[in-house]
Amino acid sequence: MSAPLLSVEDLRVSFPTPTGRVEVVKGLSFDLGRERLGIVGESGSGKSMTGRAILRLVRAPGRVAAKRMEFEGTEIQSLPERRMRDLRGARISMIMQDPKFSLNPVMTVGRQIAEALQAHERLGRRATRERVLEMLEAVRINDPERVASMYPHEISGGMGQRVMIAMMLIPRPSLLIADEPTSALDVSVQAQVLDLIDELVRDHGMGLILISHDLNLVSRYCDRIMVMNAGRVVESCAASELHRAQHPYTQGLLAAVPRMHETRPTLPVLDRSQWSGT
Amino acid sequence: MSAISLQDLDISYGTAKVVEGVSFDVAEGESFALVGESGSGKSTVLKAIAGLAPDWTGGISVLGQPRGHRPDRGFARRCQMVFQDPYGSLHPRKTVDTVLSEPLQVHGLGNRDARVEEMLGAVGLDRRFRFRYPHQLSGGQRQRVAIARALMLEPKVMLLDEPTSALDVSVQAEILNLLKRLRAEQGLTYLMVTHNLPVVGFMCDRMAVMNRGRVVEIAPAAALHDGSFSDPYSRALYAASGGTAHD
Repeated sequence: MSAPLLSVEDLRVSFPTPTGRVEVVKGLSFDLGRERLGIVGESGSGKSMTGRAILRLVRAPGRVAAKRMEFEGTEIQSLPERRMRDLRGARISMIMQDPKFSLNPVMTVGRQIAEALQAHERLGRRATRERVLEMLEAVRINDPERVASMYPHEISGGMGQRVMIAMMLIPRPSLLIADEPTSALDVSVQAQVLDLIDELVRDHGMGLILISHDLNLVSRYCDRIMVMNAGRVVESCAASELHRAQHPYTQGLLAAVPRMHETRPTLPVLDRSQWSGT
Repeated sequence: MSAISLQDLDISYGTAKVVEGVSFDVAEGESFALVGESGSGKSTVLKAIAGLAPDWTGGISVLGQPRGHRPDRGFARRCQMVFQDPYGSLHPRKTVDTVLSEPLQVHGLGNRDARVEEMLGAVGLDRRFRFRYPHQLSGGQRQRVAIARALMLEPKVMLLDEPTSALDVSVQAEILNLLKRLRAEQGLTYLMVTHNLPVVGFMCDRMAVMNRGRVVEIAPAAALHDGSFSDPYSRALYAASGGTAHD
């Protein structure tokens, strides 16, 4: 694993406001191999913008700048938009938060997945269909033939998210960015979906960036964790070391989660004056 | 007298019966949770109590007074609901002030200015938020506004439909603390729907576990400490959430 899959140096994302440009990501650097990286933070910490910036999905007037942003050795920033489109989906995929809003409501599930495949590969109709059914089976959908002919409103949230995963993985990308993939799902289904992502990522030797606000969840499914606050990484550690986190922000986030054996009369709330930045 | 009493409640949407034979009593001042997966009918029970799912049979009474199938003004003064998604439950083109004054206007209550101000204070929002629109507020602030709106008529019973599931963990802690404090200060009764068992452990005294439209078990919150559930489904749910609990 000599060359990292993705290498980012000094990534900055900014948006204009009436009082001047505001940076929402302030100089982020990291290298990602074929491993699972978790990015954790509250809303507004810049974690989702980081994911979008990698895919060059930050729209004007937002502005992205980085000293270096290389994917498989290619600088992404200078790629023309056409080359970028070949990369998106085919090499780097992103799973969005809510299947309800990310699936096309007037297209059957099977056609949507096929479309994702046809955008990047030239395949005959029969081969496409086979790949679609195979993929649906891989995301553990019991009756792929039936589900492929259904519309998004006819399937449940958990199944919708599995369809999304199928769609994102069918062109066999080497990096998967999952932005809160399970926050719209039930606890019981959450674990299933994450186990599935985990298994597929391992089997295909992909890199994974899991973006979430849930520290415990990220620590279970990732090798490494970056904790972000106000556009900066405040702490970076191995997932197994999370409970030994040093930064008050990380400790605060950990303490704010209610526990199954809850006895505390009130939950500790983040004291935002404790650290600089905000 | 119990705050909420449900007898043999069946609820349907069209021809589909989604809740069947639900009966339980919530004592005054108690905090009671309904837990289960999506589709188990837990939110539908709240909706039926609030009058938003009018196709039901059986008995619903709140604070000793039975509820009919039609909108009920007096009922609104006793019982209010807070919805899951603070991004969807506030009118995007109405200021916080308008949203909070409206219930007072509808019920012909006076002294609106002072009441709005007082309620903003009670839910921990600064005065400067009063004339803002929902898009100018964060998720946590919006949920505070939604809670304030529900409390404007000084109800005794609050129906909470996943009040924190759309929020960050850090903001969730603030809102849960707020709900707990308000309950103590105003002597409220909570009926709360959630799929997050640790939240039940923090907020509630008892819980009803629902599966496929039926209540399979009613257990004390203490069951979360030792997992002493009797029904196999509750145990499975506990096990699925147990992994996420961090102790």
